[in-house]
Amino acid sequence: MISKDYVIMSPQGLHARPATTLIRLTKNFKSTISLKKNDKLVRLNSMLNILSLVIKGGETISIVIDGEDEIIATEAIDLFFTQQLKEL
Amino acid sequence: MNGIGVSPGISIGKARVIKKVQIALTGTSLDNEADITAEIERFDFAVSKAINELESLKQNTCLNLQKEDIEILETQIELLSDPQIREDTVEKISSDKQNLNDALIGVIANMVKMFENMDDEYMRARSADIQDIGNRILKHLNIPGDSCSQEFEPDTIIIAEDISPSETITMDKQVTGFATYTGSKTSHAAIIAKAKGIPAVVGCGNGLESINNNDVIILDGINGLVLVNPDQQMIADYTEKREVYIEKADQLKQLREVEPITIDGTKITLMANIANADDMEDVFDFGGEGVGLLRTELLFMNRDSFPTEDEQFEFYKKVVLRSKNKPVIVRTIDIGGDKHLPYFNLPVEQNPFLGYRAIRICLDRTGLFITQLKAILRAAVFGDLKIMLPMISNVQEVREAKNILARAKDELLRENASFKTDIELGIMIEIPSAAITADILAKEVDFFSIGTNDLCQYTLAVDRMNEKITHLYDPFNPGVLRLISYVIDQARKQKIHVGMCGEMAADPRATLLLLGMGLTDFSMGAAAIPLIKSIIINNNIFTAEHVCNHVMAMHNSENIIKYLQKFNA
Repeated sequence: MISKDYVIMSPQGLHARPATTLIRLTKNFKSTISLKKNDKLVRLNSMLNILSLVIKGGETISIVIDGEDEIIATEAIDLFFTQQLKEL
Repeated sequence: MNGIGVSPGISIGKARVIKKVQIALTGTSLDNEADITAEIERFDFAVSKAINELESLKQNTCLNLQKEDIEILETQIELLSDPQIREDTVEKISSDKQNLNDALIGVIANMVKMFENMDDEYMRARSADIQDIGNRILKHLNIPGDSCSQEFEPDTIIIAEDISPSETITMDKQVTGFATYTGSKTSHAAIIAKAKGIPAVVGCGNGLESINNNDVIILDGINGLVLVNPDQQMIADYTEKREVYIEKADQLKQLREVEPITIDGTKITLMANIANADDMEDVFDFGGEGVGLLRTELLFMNRDSFPTEDEQFEFYKKVVLRSKNKPVIVRTIDIGGDKHLPYFNLPVEQNPFLGYRAIRICLDRTGLFITQLKAILRAAVFGDLKIMLPMISNVQEVREAKNILARAKDELLRENASFKTDIELGIMIEIPSAAITADILAKEVDFFSIGTNDLCQYTLAVDRMNEKITHLYDPFNPGVLRLISYVIDQARKQKIHVGMCGEMAADPRATLLLLGMGLTDFSMGAAAIPLIKSIIINNNIFTAEHVCNHVMAMHNSENIIKYLQKFNA
């Protein structure tokens, strides 16, 4: 299991558009990928769950990845939060 | 009627009132396992049909979809396949024995309520998406069939309680505006109206109930007005206003995408002066490429004590997060002079502009200064923030400020906070002594920004506030021009950046002259950017240098201004 913290680098936070991209990204992996904010943990396969956490720009969240392809999944997620999110 | 203008522009047309159809609960329950399985299958089937429908909408070229439209459709497709909605619906069907219609209405209503109660405007507006996908699934349960395209007459203005995201998308070109009872700036209706470039007024309240089909409507999306059955005079007035607006908007739009490059290929940077994060939208709308001056006074005014480091951090962070990674130059506190704080009692001075103000206060009350610097350093990790010191008159002040900046970094290091270690530091050149010693100061800092308002007032010994001597306040005075020219020369010699953030940067008469002096960074009120840009793209540096040489040889400002005006005509 791999857990990593990220600061949300987009002004609007994790709103619908980046959330859509993120959900579609996680579908490429077999691992269970979850997002945690203030001790609330949700699976990254539900747009409603992600939106319900109201993740704003500048906030810190953790991503927990567990499964056989967790290393490669972590890399993809890492790229998403450190690079792509800024452009979305 | 008043509402919130969410998409600017003016439309005159006929009303079409749209009423929502409520799908009712049936109250019938399921009594055997077979029915339960069948209902779940019906759910999956309806969802897949709904997804197909959205996918084909996405590919429908007749709709002339914008990027924003596609994004909304993508989001809704994702919501339709959300496992949470399925889980909750299946639960209601199998445990509560509700039929699919009732189960789904209940699930959607709960989710809409949850989003409506969120303390975030953007998330509250998402409740409309959830309602929308719920209705779409229900539609596929009840009426098997086609997509919901509607026919409208030309120049239709839609009046509705609210307009769902998918309704806005499928609205055809005949619709030239809409007004709604509810809604906010972040609702889909607003986003799409802006993308389509049609005026919209939301949140008008129940007053819209009095409007009937085919009433003549004037919609003013600039001021948030809905006028019902106006008289001929009003229609004439608004027709004219509309033409003026369209012409202006067209020019702006054309210029926004154009890069400010002179005919002979010199890239100029046009930035904006702003006071808070909300101004950021204007910066990009007018084609600015960053912020040449972020005033921080607003942060300190209208309150009863100094803002804490965290409060300041939030303020800077909000700005930088909206800056699209373009540079943002933060000017440290510039209070004193004519700007006072109710909670910071400064004694009345004989000559406040020559008194205890700006950097002078900061170097005296270092606690105040360190707090601001720490907040800026922390916010700088989110983008390209730079620090700019106002009212520098000698090199010693710069060195002291740098020591304090180093202390701020030390404190943050000890606190284990994340911050930008190599932040750029610049100074305002607005006191004649700083201008004349630009060669010395350039060795100490990363950039200069020429503040022409104060530079002019101090060079000419003219109080900007004194009405009797306004004629002497003259930025085209050869003395002022020589100082500006010298500062630019010295900065270029020592290869540091030099910009200008005073009124002169926005003065079209001065643009060629400044280009000729070698200035490449201009910062001004966002609305002035298109005008200055149009001068830049229609001239070359060669001409500008010629203008500059000519002006620098002239003796009085009256002739200089005449010459420059002639050149721009």
